[in-house]
Amino acid sequence: MSILVDENTRLIVQGITGREGLFHAEQCKKYGTNLVGGVTPNKGGQTVIGDVPVFNTVKEAAQKTKANATMIFVPPAFAADAILEAANAKIELIICIAEGIPVHDMVTVYRGLQNSGSRLVGPNCPGVISPGKCKIGIMPAHIHKKGNVGIISRSGTLTYEAVGQLTALGIGQSTCVGIGGDPIIGSRYIDILELFQKDRGTKAICMIGEIGGSAEEEAAEYIKKHVTKPVVGFIAGQTAPPGRRMGHAGAIISGGQGTAESKMKVMKKCGIKVCKSPADLGKTIAKCL
Amino acid sequence: MKIHEYQAKELLAKYNVPVPNGVLVDSKSKAAAAAKKVGTVVTVVKAQIHAGGRGKGGGVKLAKSPKEAETHAGKILGMTLVTPQTGPEGMLVKKVLIEEGMDIAQELYLSIVIDREISRSLIIASAAGGMEIEEIAESTPEKIIKEPIDPIEGVQPYLARKICFALGLSKEAMKPAIPFIINLYKAFQAEDCDMLEINPLVVTRDHRVLALDAKVNIDDNALGRHPATVAYRDINEEDPTEVEAGKYNLNFIKLDGNIGCMVNGAGLAMATMDIIKHSGGEPANFLDVGGGANEEMIENAFRILLADPNVKALFINIFGGILRCDILANGVVNASRKLDVNVPIVIRMEGTNMEEGHRILKESGLNFVVGDGMKDAARKVVKAIK
Repeated sequence: MSILVDENTRLIVQGITGREGLFHAEQCKKYGTNLVGGVTPNKGGQTVIGDVPVFNTVKEAAQKTKANATMIFVPPAFAADAILEAANAKIELIICIAEGIPVHDMVTVYRGLQNSGSRLVGPNCPGVISPGKCKIGIMPAHIHKKGNVGIISRSGTLTYEAVGQLTALGIGQSTCVGIGGDPIIGSRYIDILELFQKDRGTKAICMIGEIGGSAEEEAAEYIKKHVTKPVVGFIAGQTAPPGRRMGHAGAIISGGQGTAESKMKVMKKCGIKVCKSPADLGKTIAKCL
Repeated sequence: MKIHEYQAKELLAKYNVPVPNGVLVDSKSKAAAAAKKVGTVVTVVKAQIHAGGRGKGGGVKLAKSPKEAETHAGKILGMTLVTPQTGPEGMLVKKVLIEEGMDIAQELYLSIVIDREISRSLIIASAAGGMEIEEIAESTPEKIIKEPIDPIEGVQPYLARKICFALGLSKEAMKPAIPFIINLYKAFQAEDCDMLEINPLVVTRDHRVLALDAKVNIDDNALGRHPATVAYRDINEEDPTEVEAGKYNLNFIKLDGNIGCMVNGAGLAMATMDIIKHSGGEPANFLDVGGGANEEMIENAFRILLADPNVKALFINIFGGILRCDILANGVVNASRKLDVNVPIVIRMEGTNMEEGHRILKESGLNFVVGDGMKDAARKVVKAIK
């Protein structure tokens, strides 16, 4: 089993006629994802990647293709609008890859999604993959292996690092979820932890965090109360200077808050096996299985 | 993006947020005339640098005459101002703001931030103005007022009133304070600020409400829709290497160590710094070349890393996804030849086209050290400088 995406996922790609959108839509299709359509305003009526139809609006795409998921590949200045359009068309799962969305736009999006019935993953994330079933995102597919470890992470390449270590040890993954490196994101650790806890195909969870905010602390408290499966964690940025944005818009220690040290302390206290070194993630998880 | 106090006040004034009259000068000779233009008997001479705590470092002085304003300006301009926020190296003062003196009855604290816990804007206020908010939070947390803002409603008069009552403002002060708060939020939102701090917000004896100081950060991701604000950028206040890196779309932050790092992805770049430290070394920088790096970017990254005389070795850590290992390897080989690199280079490379990448490194004949995984590579790079 897996969470969020599987064989029943019917995907559309918003921004499918752009260079990046087209490339990654094709990669996802190649992996076996059921790509049913795409959306680019004023390009409706075309087909791409063989016979994938392009529509002018998400609403039309949803009606004609019965899509239940969308991957957003539009420039950051238009991404908030694209997310809200998908929610308006009642797409259940919205995965936004775009990096660089203005934070005030995300405040509006977050408010707009409340009570909408849609779930947003991202933005500024690599996407979601359930190995062997469905890939929606930009992650290199070949490093993954079908299995029973669930991964949640704020970082893209660091997720690949964890996946790579697991696969090298012969351990597969149920689903890998990149929740994104921005200060305001659609799904937080706790939203995904809840799904992994319920998923019978997930036996252990790997949670990769970084400096900034308090989402990891919040997740740790949640794990203590609600998660019975073993959780292994890592926090990137143990050596990051305060007050500086470390690449991700959300990775900043401000006013002494959001340090790796304080996050790791709370996580340990809540029963999470915290790795000090990112190189130890794979073998620490192996011990839990 | 950080902006100066005088720029922040210019921005706020556009939204009818009252600020003191002030004139910006960059030389001592202009200071007396500026003080006369400001018009009050007492003026304040304020150093303009991208850091707070200026008063503590001697960067803010009261002048009782234009002559005295000139003397203060002469002392402050050109000084290296050290404040709790600048670090021990301090910052060179190139401009001062000469402002009207105020007859202050009350000093308050007011800020608006994006609160990631609630995913909304949040107004933070306190009657303890002039103190750092962290200090207030430490000593008297019960005195901090927090009001989340619904983005659909914005700041309605009731919310502003609620804050005024909580601050204990007089009836006379409340009258100007309500539009002050409403307009401040308008500026925060319309200008895409990710932080706006008025500390202190003052109430004068004649019941005026003004932003005596203003600290504004603009969301870098929104600069595209604010061309006028982009002009506010002052690269004199930034690290020159970081400015240079920014030109090539490289995400670079300078640190104090001697191992230069080049990594793809922000999370992995931070984790690389961490593992260097765990292995007994010190990273010289954070550098994320991103997913779309090409040969040219790699060469520029090399040049920037090697320009730092502290750098004694390079650590390249790449997990190839979109960025293929063969492209990276070619970039590294070409850059090493072109720039005549004479420090050890340790490379850890995994992911897409990794075999091809390793073949390119090997056949180059150059003396690269290849690491097997992050830990091994980190150990090798630390060993290389010892």
